[in-house]
Amino acid sequence: MSNPAVAQPIQDTLKSARGLAFKRWLPRLLMPMFGIFAFLLFWQMIAGSIDTSLGKFPGPTQVASQFGALVDEHQREQKRADAFFARQEKRNAEKLAQNPEADVSIRPYTGKPTFFKQIFTSLYTVMTGFFIASLLAIPLGIVCGLSKPIYNAVNPLIQIFKPVSPLAWLPLVTMVVSAVYTSSDPLFAKSFVTSAVTVALCCLWPTVINTTVGVANLDKDMQNVSRVLSLSPLSHVRRIVLPAAIPMIFTGLRLSLATGWMVLIAAEMLAQNPGLGKFIWDEFQNGSSNSLGRIMVAVIVIGLLGFVLDRLMLMLQRHVSWDKHADLR
Amino acid sequence: MRNSTARRSFMKKTLTGLGCAAVMLLTPLSMQIAHAANPEKDELKFGFIKLTDMAPLAIAYEKGFFEDEGLYVTLEAQANWKVLLDRVIDGELDGAHMLSGQPIGATIGFGTKAEVVTAFTMDLNGNAITMSNAVWAEMKKQVPMENGKPVHPIKADTLKPVVEQYKAKGKPFNLGMVFPVSTHNYELRYWLAAGGISPGYYAPAKGDITGTLNADVLLSVTPPPQMPATMEAGTINGYSVGEPWNQAAVFKGIGVPVITDYDIRKNMSEKVFGVSKSWADANPETHKRVVKALIRAGKWLDEDNNANRKEAVEILSRPEYVGADAKVIANSMTGTFEYEKGDKREVPDFNVFFRYHATYPYYSDAIWYLTQMRRWGQIGEAKPDSWYLDMAKQVFLPAVYQSAASELVAEGKAQAEDFPPAGEDGFRPPLADTIDGVSYDGRKPNEYINQFKIGLKADSVL
Repeated sequence: MSNPAVAQPIQDTLKSARGLAFKRWLPRLLMPMFGIFAFLLFWQMIAGSIDTSLGKFPGPTQVASQFGALVDEHQREQKRADAFFARQEKRNAEKLAQNPEADVSIRPYTGKPTFFKQIFTSLYTVMTGFFIASLLAIPLGIVCGLSKPIYNAVNPLIQIFKPVSPLAWLPLVTMVVSAVYTSSDPLFAKSFVTSAVTVALCCLWPTVINTTVGVANLDKDMQNVSRVLSLSPLSHVRRIVLPAAIPMIFTGLRLSLATGWMVLIAAEMLAQNPGLGKFIWDEFQNGSSNSLGRIMVAVIVIGLLGFVLDRLMLMLQRHVSWDKHADLR
Repeated sequence: MRNSTARRSFMKKTLTGLGCAAVMLLTPLSMQIAHAANPEKDELKFGFIKLTDMAPLAIAYEKGFFEDEGLYVTLEAQANWKVLLDRVIDGELDGAHMLSGQPIGATIGFGTKAEVVTAFTMDLNGNAITMSNAVWAEMKKQVPMENGKPVHPIKADTLKPVVEQYKAKGKPFNLGMVFPVSTHNYELRYWLAAGGISPGYYAPAKGDITGTLNADVLLSVTPPPQMPATMEAGTINGYSVGEPWNQAAVFKGIGVPVITDYDIRKNMSEKVFGVSKSWADANPETHKRVVKALIRAGKWLDEDNNANRKEAVEILSRPEYVGADAKVIANSMTGTFEYEKGDKREVPDFNVFFRYHATYPYYSDAIWYLTQMRRWGQIGEAKPDSWYLDMAKQVFLPAVYQSAASELVAEGKAQAEDFPPAGEDGFRPPLADTIDGVSYDGRKPNEYINQFKIGLKADSVL
C-alpha cells in the first residue's frame, strides 16, 4: 500500500475486528472444547483406578476402539447380508429352473441387526411414541386450556399418572398388547408396539401441561380481537389460540421428546425391542471383557442423539414461531 | 373309430405313467422330497438364552443347515426363561431353546398352562453348581483331599455343616437356580438331598409355589447371565446354572464350581427344542425340517471326537450368540472343566450334543423330570405309573424325530447307526451311576420316588 494515511487505519480496523471476533468466539467455541477435554482427561484418570470383575472400567481410548470395532462389525454384517441374498437368488433360480411356476420370493435378511441398525430402530420407535403422544396430548391440552371445568375434571388424573415410571407401565402394556394385538401376520412386532405405547404413556404429560398453560394464558388483547371479530370457536382456536400458544406447546414437545428418549431405553431393555436399550442389555448379559466398553459407546451415542433431537426440535420451533425476536434456546 | 381313440388314450395314460415312474426312479431322492411337500412356513424366529448349549441352533444357522431345508431362520436372544416360554406360547416365537422341564411343566399346568411339545433334545449334561469363595472355604474343611487336591465328586454332606453354621447365626442360606421347572432346580435339589439338606417343598394346593416349605436352604430364581453378578453382590451364596456362567465365576475370581451335573446323574436330556402344540400341528413339514437341520448341527458338534468344537467356541463367543469371552467358553466345550482356579480336570462328556443318541427324545428322560416334580411337590397328588408315561407321550414326540432321521439317512446326510432303531420304545436302560447310588428305571416311577430319604413319597400329601 502506497499511502500510509489510508493503510494504517485499515490495518488498525482489521486488527481490532480480529480481536473482537476472537473475544466473541472464545467463550462460545473454545470453552466447551476445553470443558470436554478436561472431562476426558479426568475420565481417563479415574477409569484406570476402578477394577471391576469384567476388567478395568473403560476409559476414552478403550471406548474409541470399541466404536471402531462396532463399525467393523457393521461392515462385516453387510458383507454377510450380501452373501445371504446371493445364496437366496441362486436357490430361487434353481427352483425356477426345475419348476417355472414355483412360488419364489426374496426373504429379508435373517442375521442380527448391527449397532447402527439398532440406532435407527430406537429413533424410529421414539418418533412413533412421541407422535402418538403428541396426537393425544395437544388436543387434550387445548380443550383443558379453553375450558376450566374440563381442566378441573382432568387435572387429578394427570397429576396421578404423571409420576408413574415406565418400568411400572411395562408389564401392563405388555399384557394388553399381547391380548389385543393378535394377528397371524402382524405389520409391527409386538415388542415395537409395547415400547412405542410405553414411551407415549410416559411422555405425553409435559405436552399436556404446557399446552394447557399456553392456551389458558392467552393474552387479553387477543381474546378481545377474537370477540370483536365474532370468530367461530374453530376459527378462534385455529387463528388466535394455536399461534399464540405455539411457544408453550413447543416447550412441552421438547420436554416430552427428552423424556421419551430416556423412557425408550428402559422400555427397550425390558420389552426386547431391537434398539439401543436391547443392545445395552445384551452386552450386560454377555459379560465379555469388551462389554463395558461397548456399553459406554452406547451411552455416549444415546447422549449425542438426545442432544441432536433436542436441537432439531429447537430449529423446528424457531421456524414455526411467529415472534422472531424471542430468544429461543 | 371309438376303439382306436380309446386305445390311443389308454396308451397315452400308460406311457405317461411309465414315464413318470422312470423319472421318479432316475432323479435323486432329495429332489423328489423337495417336491413332495413345501414347508408351511419358511420364515421362522427362534428364541434362545445365552448359554453354550444353544450351540445346535447357532451351528444350524451359521453352517447353512436351515437354509438347506429351505428355512429362513432368525435367532433372537431372550431376556429370561419366563419371557421365552411366554413368547413361544403366544406365537411371537416359532420355537425356542428350552429347559427340558418347561414343556413338561407347561403341559401339566405348573406355572403357565399351555401345550408345549418337543421332538429334539438339544444336549445332555452341561450344568454345574458353583459356590461363593466364602462358602467354598468353609466347605473345603470337610472335603477329603488327595495329593493336595479335593477328591471329586464332592457330596453335599460337606456343605451341611456350613448351612448349619448359617442357621445358627440366623442368616438365610440362599442358592440360585434358573427356573422353577428347570433341570438345574432338580439337579441342585437332588444333590442337596443326597447330602441330607432339605431344599424345600412346593405346595401348590395351599397356594405356596415358592418351593421353600420346610427348607434348610432357600432356592430362588435368577436368569443365567445375571448369576455371577448376583453372587458377587451377596444376594445368593451359590447357584446351579449352565455354562459359561460357572467358568465365568472362576475367571472373575468370585466363586468355585463344586460339582457338575454329569456327576449327579449323567446323560439325561438337558435342553430341548420346544414348540407350541398348535404350531407343531399346523406346521408338521416345517417342524420335521427344523429337526433335520438341528440333528445335522448336533452331529457336526460331536463329529470326529469333538474336532469341530473349537470352531463352535468361536461362533458362540460372538455377541449375538453367547457373547462371553472365547477362553471362558472354551473349557467346557472342549472337554475340560476348571474347578478351583488352576484345578482343571478332564470331563470329556461335559457337553454331549449327539453321542449316546443324545438328540432322541426319550420318554424315560421326561418321566425322570416328572418324578422330581412329584418328589418336591410341584405335582400335588399321587399319580399312577401310567399317568407318567401318558404325560411323557404328550410332550415328547419321537415320531417326528424318527421321520426326520429317516429322511436324513435317505438323503445320505447321516447313517442309520447314528439313530436309535425303528423299534425304540423310548426308555433308556436303568441308570445306577448317580451321586446317591439310587438307581433310576423309567418304567417304575412310583417305586423310584419311594426310594429317596428326603422328598415326598409317591402318595404323600403336604
